[in-house]
Amino acid sequence: MSITQDNEQQQISTVDDGADTDSGAPVLGGKKRRRTAADIARQFLPPLFLGALIVGAWYYVSYGLLTEERRFLLRPPHEILQVGFLDWDHFSEILQALWSSTRVALIGLTISITIGFFLSTIMSQTKIVERAIFPYMVMLQAIPILAIVPLIGFWWGYGTTSRIAVCVIISLFPIIVNTLFGLQSAERGLHDLFTLHHASRLTRLRKLMFPAARPAIFAGLRISAGLSVIGAIVGDYFFGQGAVGIGQLLKRYSSRLEGEELLAAVIMSSALGVVVFLFFGWLQNVAIGKWHESSGADS
Amino acid sequence: MTAAESSVQTSGVGAPVLSFDHTQMTFPDGTEAVRDVSLDISPGEFVTIVGPSGCGKSTLLKIASGLLDATGGEVAVDRDRLGYVFQDATLLPWRTVQGNVELLAELHDIPKAERRQLAREAIETVGLSGFVNHYPRSLSGGMKMRASLARTLTLKPPVFLFDEPFGAVDEITREHLNDETQRLFQSEGFAGLFITHSIAEAVFMSTRVMVMSARPGRIVAEFDVPFDYPRKPDLRFDPEFAALSGEISRELRGSHQ
Repeated sequence: MSITQDNEQQQISTVDDGADTDSGAPVLGGKKRRRTAADIARQFLPPLFLGALIVGAWYYVSYGLLTEERRFLLRPPHEILQVGFLDWDHFSEILQALWSSTRVALIGLTISITIGFFLSTIMSQTKIVERAIFPYMVMLQAIPILAIVPLIGFWWGYGTTSRIAVCVIISLFPIIVNTLFGLQSAERGLHDLFTLHHASRLTRLRKLMFPAARPAIFAGLRISAGLSVIGAIVGDYFFGQGAVGIGQLLKRYSSRLEGEELLAAVIMSSALGVVVFLFFGWLQNVAIGKWHESSGADS
Repeated sequence: MTAAESSVQTSGVGAPVLSFDHTQMTFPDGTEAVRDVSLDISPGEFVTIVGPSGCGKSTLLKIASGLLDATGGEVAVDRDRLGYVFQDATLLPWRTVQGNVELLAELHDIPKAERRQLAREAIETVGLSGFVNHYPRSLSGGMKMRASLARTLTLKPPVFLFDEPFGAVDEITREHLNDETQRLFQSEGFAGLFITHSIAEAVFMSTRVMVMSARPGRIVAEFDVPFDYPRKPDLRFDPEFAALSGEISRELRGSHQ
């Protein structure tokens, strides 16, 4: 959740966009390039190879380094698969918890987006408001979530509300910062054009500032969506009342030394993060892919 | 110091549509950008101001359009329907050519069907009909400028202000755009005030060329351009054209020292 990690995520997103160019995005004035088998191999072989290496190392640790009685520390991959994924009782438990956490993340993200858009819009309209609010947003961002967990439980109890609160606190900042930056990114010349033709504040906001802000808004959304998933899991870890989420499940598995289920749950939460990340990348491409530079399609 | 010998005086019919009266501009930091500029532009006139960079030419246009308030003198122009062509094409990157050209009509609350029609006509006038659905990023610099011109045309403004619009395109494109502008000036019947530092561009399009001095900007010379419209591209190689350009160039150099 540190700032460096955010940057990393953003960088990953840019790289990912570059890769998308070959496949989906419409290329103006040219034919869509056919992907040859060699192209596909070039893209998928390296990660598959590395994956095989990792699985090999995993087996080596499980069978080579760990003795029989200590093997519960790292079960071999096929046992994870059997116990965590193929045993429906276990897997459905993980899926249910995942769904519960996803719901919390979605609600939290929705609230963050609403608050974030509202605040950054008024901040973009009045410099004084921006100056007034911004330091507090930075402070909010700087609070370690662990430090306010007791306080959140104190105020909102140990159920869903508190889980959502954690989500919102974690995911709000990137939305505000990126949206505000985006709203302020329209060129001077374009503003002059709107001034010349007597555009009202609302018209300027609707037809100039918000459209211009879209690339930055999507960058913020991508980061915040990822953070809201983390927030939901962290929140769930601390607040156990009500429906069991993935955090509670992780806690339970680790206390019972159920290594297979634990690893399966970790893999599934990571998969959720990846799905969210890909979804927002796709959304971005649909919304601004035709005109924005960072999303492929060169002329 | 006028070069007009022939009597082809297409200019100066009717009351001026744009007039500067002893316009003065001093910025808050004390820079005097414009000193005592008086200039009347009537319907049928295409006036170009040439001058060194940073001499306050663009400031003059910003004052005319109301983007800046002059610190002295009067400016008279109808600002409700003022055409303004910027240095950059200033197109919205998220809109297609069609959407961009419709923008001004949209800001002026012209109904949808009508502005669509206006845009279509304007796009055809500048020869971009094949590109209505293209986004700005897939257009060349010259095409972007045409789209920008078309956008301004939709308002059918009686006065067009051009703020060094063709400075960023290559020489050949610039000449094409000059031909085009000159043709539009004839067909659309607007009065033009054009800013540039290219003498050839000024002489080719204008009915009148004003020379502005370095900062503080003052008008130091005025030349009438005698050639008939429509002007052929080959006019640029006419001895008379060269002579007039030379005279303006000398004046410009003189004022620069």
